[in-house]
Amino acid sequence: MDAVLEIADLQVRFATPEGEVAAVNGVGLTVEPGETVGIVGESGSGKSQVFLAVMGLLASNGKAAGSVKFQGEEILGRPASALNQIRGARMSMIFQDPMTSLNPYLTIERQLTEVLVTHRAMSRGAARTAAVDMLERVQIPEADRRIGHYPFEFSGGMRQRAMVAMALLCQPELLIADEPTTALDVTVQAQILALMAELTRSARTALVLITHDLGVVAGLCDRVLVMYAGRVVETGAVRDIFHRPQHPYTAGLLASMPRLDSDVATHLQTIPGQPPNLQRLGPGCAFAERCPRVMDRCRVERPLLRTISGPGAGQDGEGRMKACHLEEL
Amino acid sequence: MADAAQTIAVPPSEEFKGRSLWSDAWRRLLRNRAAVVSAVLLASITLACVLVPLLSPIAYDDVFWDSVSAPPDFASGHYFGTDDSGRDLFVRTMYGGRVSLTVGLVATLVSLVIGVTWGAVAGFLGGRIDGAMMRFVDILYSVPFIFFVIMLTVVFGRHIVLIYIAIGAVSWLDMARIVRGQTMSLKRREFVEAARAGGVRQSRVILRHIIPNCLGPVIVYVTLTVPNVILLESFLSFLGLGVQEPSTSWGVLISDGARIMETSPWALCFPAAFLAVTLACFNFIGDGLRDALDPKDR
Amino acid sequence: MKGPPLLSVRDLSVHFHMAGSWLWRQPGALLKAVDEVSFDLAPGETLGLVGESGCGKSTLGRAVLRLLPNIQGRVVWLGEDLAKLDEEAMRRKRREMQIVFQDPLAALDPRMTVGEIIAEPLRTFRPDMSAAESKAKVQAMMAGVGLLPQQINRYPHEFSGGQCQRIGIARAMINEPKLVVCDEPVSALDVSIQAQIVNLLMDLQRQYGMSMIFISHNLSVVRHVAHRIMVLYLGRVAEIADRDQLYRNPRHPYTQALISAVPIPDPDLERAKARLILKGDLPSPLHPPSGCAFRTRCPKATSLCAERRPELTPLELGHRVACHHWDE
Repeated sequence: MDAVLEIADLQVRFATPEGEVAAVNGVGLTVEPGETVGIVGESGSGKSQVFLAVMGLLASNGKAAGSVKFQGEEILGRPASALNQIRGARMSMIFQDPMTSLNPYLTIERQLTEVLVTHRAMSRGAARTAAVDMLERVQIPEADRRIGHYPFEFSGGMRQRAMVAMALLCQPELLIADEPTTALDVTVQAQILALMAELTRSARTALVLITHDLGVVAGLCDRVLVMYAGRVVETGAVRDIFHRPQHPYTAGLLASMPRLDSDVATHLQTIPGQPPNLQRLGPGCAFAERCPRVMDRCRVERPLLRTISGPGAGQDGEGRMKACHLEEL
Repeated sequence: MADAAQTIAVPPSEEFKGRSLWSDAWRRLLRNRAAVVSAVLLASITLACVLVPLLSPIAYDDVFWDSVSAPPDFASGHYFGTDDSGRDLFVRTMYGGRVSLTVGLVATLVSLVIGVTWGAVAGFLGGRIDGAMMRFVDILYSVPFIFFVIMLTVVFGRHIVLIYIAIGAVSWLDMARIVRGQTMSLKRREFVEAARAGGVRQSRVILRHIIPNCLGPVIVYVTLTVPNVILLESFLSFLGLGVQEPSTSWGVLISDGARIMETSPWALCFPAAFLAVTLACFNFIGDGLRDALDPKDR
Repeated sequence: MKGPPLLSVRDLSVHFHMAGSWLWRQPGALLKAVDEVSFDLAPGETLGLVGESGCGKSTLGRAVLRLLPNIQGRVVWLGEDLAKLDEEAMRRKRREMQIVFQDPLAALDPRMTVGEIIAEPLRTFRPDMSAAESKAKVQAMMAGVGLLPQQINRYPHEFSGGQCQRIGIARAMINEPKLVVCDEPVSALDVSIQAQIVNLLMDLQRQYGMSMIFISHNLSVVRHVAHRIMVLYLGRVAEIADRDQLYRNPRHPYTQALISAVPIPDPDLERAKARLILKGDLPSPLHPPSGCAFRTRCPKATSLCAERRPELTPLELGHRVACHHWDE
């Protein structure tokens, strides 16, 4: 079966008054049908830019190069008219702040039915019924009445649920969620994540979850990609990444998170230093200046992403890769 | 992370220099060609007006009986020609420039000081005090300007200082409104809350935190006020309410020139051109400043 | 932590009046952002305030520092009722109680250098200090929070988020206050930086012995820094307990749901854990439900909950819960 999404050597560069910034530097990724992939990274990692490039939503000063194949078809660089056939219908994206993603001047009904009318050529009436049905599935109470409301009349959690509904209405093959619950309360986050898991599982939609929250990834994802300074530094099955991280950054990230189930130590473990300045990346590994296991080689030679075999690799088999000179962590 | 053990005071020579937001804005401004060219042009005009005694030995009220209404002639030393009273137009235009530019700058300075203080205090204190202060501004706004100037002239006679007062009294109103608006939005910013939580006195909060952060729009507004003031002064002079003879300003020269426009077009063209170019320069600089001090800075 | 409490808050309420409209015949509504909250704070202790949006934790933090109008109830600081102080006297008290904000960059005046920002409290409360003394103290403080003293002339926008937060902390600490209110101090920072700042705050507490009120929606972080934790819901106290008691033995259904909702970064544990997913959404704070505010989402709600608002019932030492059915 064809992979739903295949990204190879994606580069995204932004032209700024201070020079060119390489936000994404050679990222590759494959998403199989029905699987849930987590993309983890902090500011400057480029994780959002990868998928904005995939969707063709980069800012005007951004340029993408490389290859992005959706269901085997190359879509990078295609004109908006071609992309519009796919976006919203076969590939959807939801964003962090539902207030700014929803048009405040249109009712929820208008925004939901628009997707169906445009892509499925449904009549208004049929579209409304389908939309109400979807809103009920995302557990918005009194969906039939509330569909006529405006976004500001919904709470944050409800708006995000409406966004999920809108994204899944046309039963896309791929759903990209960019920090969908970061702006929400933790109890609402739990609801939304459970919802997304259930809906994507039942419709066999592939889900890409972009987040900085490792806890969210642990609960939902089959595979994880860790990004740093515009590159992928580690990938693997979720259990491998969490139990046997092979890159110092991943290990550092896991160790520095305070957890409810850990002992309360006096000090949290930290990753020293600051996130990288993308305009001043040296020739070596971008993580070198913060790495506790740094070697001389790391500062001059950038490690390439390579497949791991042997004791570091996971039982879940292929796709276990890291970009580090160390043999084993 | 770093230990508290390193508590040596670092000698100033080793301290890094900061890159303030002003220097960023300055760099952006310098990239704006129209603004830079305008600044150079404006500086040249100002310099010429100030240094006119070096450029021509003629005084502004010298009368040349044998060159009345003479066209511009480089050889004779009357670079811009003479007016119908035989006075050299080049020197008069430059002296007129002195008056016009001075009025522009002084009146704007007055409006700046009064307007900024009034607006910052009203915006910061809010409530009834703000209401009272802004009602006062509204009332002054509704006073018809020309009427006001005529009344001043009738009571105090024609005097250049009167112009400063009249124009200054009117132009601070807009400045106050702008600063008040800025202050009200700044008041809610977290660093202002931080200052108040830190026990800083209200007066110092206004002086040290609010006003410097208002300066962006204020500066832009100042550069756009100066041309308005100059124009206002020219208008008053054109109506005969401005400076006294034999002193002159661009407005007076334009008024006189318009009278003899058909026979001596140069008498109108030169002062009008200078006025127009000066106003345009201020406007370009103002636009450039507005772009350079872009709000996303803050 | 024996001895008289540093801070004693009794029945603190903050009400905001929403203007009504005679045109649309709408009476003005009362928003009770904080509704009769009481607690004590000992010297050197950290109290964690947790809750979600609309629970009033930020409002409570500001109300304790008297940064808001319309405060009712008593806030007693070292035996003195703050409500009885006039503006100037309160201003002087601010030397002893400081605040660190959520947005690190926005809390710093963009037109002042770092040195000026950190020195401002010195200017305000110790005007007798010479410029040289002041500068030395500022640089010592910068080093103390992990900043390079050479950067004293730099401007806030030249620093990263984590560094800006260090500047904010340095400013708050320079006069050695007795209380620091931290309003979501790490929420806006990257995960790898959060740990640095949390460690810093804890180190400073060990060094200076100040009390902290640590406001956060992140239960994992709060568990790390706080000695005692207070859970708020719609402006009311749901539960208050020592840290270990709260996490091991939460009694209020809201606390239980909150703790169960926190994602654990371990795939096996996270997928295996029992989830208490709350139904419904947060009610509007303008029209809180009658009786217990949590009853519309509570799995244990009964008719009693709609009739009577639950009081804070003491359980074991230091553990109090506001629920009619806490023992079920």
